[in-house]
Order: sequence, then structure tokens, then C-alpha cells
Amino acid sequence: MIRALSITKGIHDWLYSIMSENVAHFVEMILIALVYLAIFAIAGLFLVLLERRVAAWFQLRIGPNRVGFKGLLQTMADALKLLSKELTGTEKADKFLYNLAPYFVIITALMALAVIPFTQDFQAFDINIGILFLIAISSIGVIGILLGGWSSNNKFALIGAMRSGVQTISYELSIGLSLLTMILITGTLQLSEIVEVQKNGWLIVQGHIPAIIAFMIYMIAGTAETNRAPFDMAEAESELGAGFHTEYSGMKFAYFFLAEFINMFIIAAIATTVFFGAWLSPFGITESIPLLGVFWFLAKTMMLVFLMMWFRWTFPRLRVDQLLTLEWKYLLPLNLMNIVIMALIVWQNLTIQF
Amino acid sequence: METTTVETNFKSEEYFINMGPQHPATHGVLRLLLTIDGEIIKKVEPDLGYIHRSIEKMCERDSYQQIVHLTDRMDYLSSNINNEAVCLTIENALEIEIPDRVKVIRTIIGELTRISSHCLWWGVMGMDVGALTTYFYGFRDRELINDIFEETCGARLTMNYNVPGGLMFDIHPNFIKRVKDFIVHFKTKLPEYDRLLTGNVIFHKRTKGVGILTKEDAISFGASGPVGRASGYSCDVRKHHPYSALDKVTFNEALNTEGDTFARYIVRIQEMWESLSIIEQLIDNIPEGEHRVATNAVIKLPKGEFYQRVETARGELGVYVISTGTKNPYRLKFRSPGFSNLSLLNHIAVGGKIGDLVATMATLDLVIPDIDR
Repeated sequence: MIRALSITKGIHDWLYSIMSENVAHFVEMILIALVYLAIFAIAGLFLVLLERRVAAWFQLRIGPNRVGFKGLLQTMADALKLLSKELTGTEKADKFLYNLAPYFVIITALMALAVIPFTQDFQAFDINIGILFLIAISSIGVIGILLGGWSSNNKFALIGAMRSGVQTISYELSIGLSLLTMILITGTLQLSEIVEVQKNGWLIVQGHIPAIIAFMIYMIAGTAETNRAPFDMAEAESELGAGFHTEYSGMKFAYFFLAEFINMFIIAAIATTVFFGAWLSPFGITESIPLLGVFWFLAKTMMLVFLMMWFRWTFPRLRVDQLLTLEWKYLLPLNLMNIVIMALIVWQNLTIQF
Repeated sequence: METTTVETNFKSEEYFINMGPQHPATHGVLRLLLTIDGEIIKKVEPDLGYIHRSIEKMCERDSYQQIVHLTDRMDYLSSNINNEAVCLTIENALEIEIPDRVKVIRTIIGELTRISSHCLWWGVMGMDVGALTTYFYGFRDRELINDIFEETCGARLTMNYNVPGGLMFDIHPNFIKRVKDFIVHFKTKLPEYDRLLTGNVIFHKRTKGVGILTKEDAISFGASGPVGRASGYSCDVRKHHPYSALDKVTFNEALNTEGDTFARYIVRIQEMWESLSIIEQLIDNIPEGEHRVATNAVIKLPKGEFYQRVETARGELGVYVISTGTKNPYRLKFRSPGFSNLSLLNHIAVGGKIGDLVATMATLDLVIPDIDR
């Protein structure tokens, strides 16, 4: 079902009044898709700029500040430059898969965006298996990376792709299990209901100790899932040049690049939804104005995005075997234990409710 | 325990990969021919010569004053020390008595060069293990040293400050004050380096027990500088064969016995502290006097063979001159530290992962023009 924000109700009614139900439904879907594409592009470009400014701040630099007001149009200019660049490729690449790969990555990122609850009813999809859908979709993204690395007929790209495959499959477990820990409290996979439960207190407060552990595991696994430092095995520029996207140029490269940032946004957005009460304001101070929920949601998400950027610009990179050791020997057992603790807490009604 | 072999259809084979000549981790134009099994390094074969400029042959053509200028272009991060090596060789051969002022200034400049080189190495080391921020911290402090050099000798990279017989110019009036300011500044910044990288758990995991070089191997491969000293091989030329004003100062030779990548890292950090202490001891005691003694316009070395060794930021640099008594050397050979240090890369990198190779190579602190000359 497509639910729309109350301000779009006018458009909705008007569409249904001038055309038949099926056509209106279809037109509405296209309109919503366009809105999400716009969100995607703006969020992606904004996050790239944010990363550059944050990096500059960490690195005693100023960062881009010339194009537009305080450098706000810098990434727009970069995107234009990438659009106008020649699409080079390798001679012996598997052309079909090589061209397909960036779309895999970008489409999955876009699909995951659809279930994110920006505020009350501002959600393209509200399916009852929302969390499962997110986990499933985010694992498809790695296929794009694997295909891209494999089909470009470059050994550096291949190593990068294989590393990414190993990494994503491993850390998927941690993401799934840490979210599952929280599902024990909510008892539902539907994102809107998860938010509803949190009206009695954000889940990180409700679930106290195991929730905090789950959150930490989620952030570590989420950073790994998006192939960002300190888990940027797939790119590892000092080892593999550019990793899986070595042979991509122009807009195809930009797709990989944008998808990385959108994935980071999605990981932070899921954490906001599941741990920090999504669009709910702290202590319900702006409960009466649902539109302000967008502000709260983005503010919380940006805090988490900043945390991930902080990781990236301070930590050295792990080695590939240490990456797997961390997951299989430490995070996974800890996670399983955490689920049991959470189950006990929920069973004994030890959660903190307001 | 019984072992059973399971028949599979999968065939595992080693493959070959070119790391370089254009690769972020090879710091220039070094080309490594890697044989890899999955992620594990089986063989590393350095391929040299991409930046070979026949400096040694050009030396046979040039006069002794001109040779000094060529040495800047070898190990460009310790250009002052390279200059000093050639000047010392010529001065020893001619048996010129150098004023104390020159000796002290040369030592101060040499130690500043060492710190600036290690700053850059530290930044790049961090970058090679994936911590990009270190690069900018290293460059921030290196920049101050470059400014001091720029004020005194007009150049930031290829100084040409030493000439046979002394120094090109006297030090700038601001020199002493700025060096003192730098010491105060850097003493607050070196602990910052430790906080950012040295204490990091991931960094420890990446470097400890990686690329181990034993003392015996260090000696047999001719390792020198921090690479040799991290394996417990006491090879500091400044300590064993002091030159310029180094016999007037007290300092500890940074030694470590582990021989792994982390030990090489720690040795360089210690060396920066030691260099600071050497500069501190000398900066207030620069004797008055001439900055240069007059030499003949055309220097002719007496007939014979001359050898001088100095400690650059990378290790022992030897200058070997055969003179037939003319205005050019008959033959001139540089014993560069980078070349010997690179030769042991295959020995210590085999068996590690690709990431280990990069971390190991970073602590060898290779400067490719120094290897190729």
C-alpha cells in the first residue's frame, strides 16, 4: 500500500478524481518514485559534501568552500564533471555484466530507501516485514560489487570484489542478529509499528544493557556492510588502487560512489528507527506537529552518519583475516549471547518503560 | 591425527600481479612483481630502474662542486645529509680544517632534515595502513621545518646548502629563534602522533609480528638505519663513526629487538625525540666564526680512494670516490640505504597478506630515487 503524507492528500484526491483508479494508482507510484529519486540524489550529494567537510575538519584543512555558498554546490559541480566524462572500460571485460553492476548497487540502495519512515506516514512502503526486507535488500547490493569486480577483468578489482563478498556475507549476520535482538522487544517487523512501540521510550532505553550492546554491534557491522573504513577492504586504496571500481569511470563510477553514501545513510536511518525512536522527538516535545518528525529523524541520522565518518577518519584499516576474526570469533558469539539476555529481559519484564 | 584429502573440482593456483610502477603504496615508481596465492604473498620481486638518471655516471663528468647538487635528487627527503656526505668526502680528501660553526650548523640542519623526513614517513605510514588523517598531521609539522630551511637557504626540498668547504650562506638571523619555536611546538605534537596512531588497537594488530627481520638477516642483507636498529643491530653511523659535531652531543641510539613492523615504527618515533634532543644541545652553542673556508675554484682531489659514510634518515649512505688527481672523479659510487633495505623485502614479506606487504613496505621507508639514482 502507498501511504502518503497528509499534505499530499490533496494531490491524491485530485488524481483519483480526474482518472480511473488504476491509472491514478500508477501515476501516483511514478510520482512517488520521482520524489524518492530526488531525495536520493540530494541526500547523496549532500553526504559527499558533508564527508569532505568533516574530513577536512579532522585533517586540519578547510575543505571545499568555493563553489556556491560555502561550497554547497561543490558536489553538484563534481557530478556534472563526472557526467561529462568519457566512459572508458576494459577491452576484455564482460560488457553486459560490467554495465549492469552499477545499477545493481544503485537500485538496491534506492529500494532500501523506500521503507525508511521519515516521519508519520512519510514512507513509500510500510510492509509488515520491513526489517527483513531491509536486510534482504542490503545483501543484494553486494552482487553488484561482485559482478563489477569480476567482470572488469582486472586482478585488483577481482581481489576487491572477493573481499567485499566475504565481508558482506559475514557482517550480514551481525546486522541481522543485532536487529533481531531489538525485535524481541517490539514483537513486530513492521517499521511503523516499531516506531509506535517506542512512544513508551526509545528502544535503546527500553532494552538498556543488551540494547546498547546490540547498537554497538550494529554500528560496527553497519560500517563493515557499507565497505567504509576501517573495513574498506574492497577499496583499500593503499593495497588495491581503487578495488572493485578500478575500471569504472564517469557516471558509472559515480553510481558506486553515490550508492556507498546512500548505504551509509540507510544504515544510520535503520539505527535511528530501531534504536532511537525514528521521527519521535525526545520526551515528546513536538509530538503534535508530525512534520517536525522529518527534522528529528534527519538530525538523529546525521549524528550517526557523523559517527561513521569519525570512524573513517581516525582508524587504520583492518587486515582481511582480522576482519573475519572480529566477526566470527567476537561479534557473532557476543551477539548470540546478547539475544539470550534480551529474551530473558523481555520474559521477566525488565524493560524500562515510561 | 589422521588426515584425509577431499577431492574437489576447485583448482587453486597462484597468480601474478603487478604492483606498480603506478600504485599508491609504492611511493613513486617502484614496480613489484607479486606472486600471490589468494591473499597470501608467495614471492615479491622488485623491478627497478623507472627513475634511473645515471647520477653516478654524471658525477664522473661534473666537477666536485657540481656533484653536491646532484645528490639532492637522490634521497630527496634527506637532501641536506646527502650534500653533507659528499662535502665531507671532499673535505677529508683535501684535508681542509672546517670551522666549528659549520660543523654545528650542519648537524642541526641534518637533524632537522631527519625529523622532517620522519614526519613525512609517519604520515605516509598511517596512510598505508588506512588512517588517512595522519598524512596531514605529519605534513603540518614538516611544513614548519621547510619554512626554516626556506628562510635560510632559499629552498624547501633540494637545498644545496652544503658546499665543499662549508655552507653556501650563513644562517638567517631568525634561524635560532625559529628552531627553538619548532622544538617547543613539536614536543607537544609528538605525543599527539602517539595518541592518533601508536596506541590504536587496529594499528597494533596490523603491525605487531608482521614482517619480522632477525638481527642475523639484518646484518647479512646489509640493512641499516631504523630498519637495522629495529632488529637489534646497532648500526647508527652517528654513534659509531661520528662526523661534523655529532661527537660533541650525547644521544641514545634508538634500538629495538623485536624486528617487526611495529618495532621499526617505534624506532623512528624514538629517533625523532633523539634528534630533538641533539638540536636542543647544539642550538644555543653555535660558535662564532666563518661559515665557509675558501677552496680553490677548481677542486682537484689527490690521487687515491676516499670513503665517507653518514647516517641519512633511511640509513647509512656511503660515498666512495676514486680520484686520479683530475678535476672530476674517476669513479664515484653511492652506497644508498634504500637499495639494501629494499633487497630484504622479499625475505620478510613472503607468507603475509597483501595488507602486510603494504605495512611492511611503509616501514622500510623507501624513497625510489634513492634506490635507482
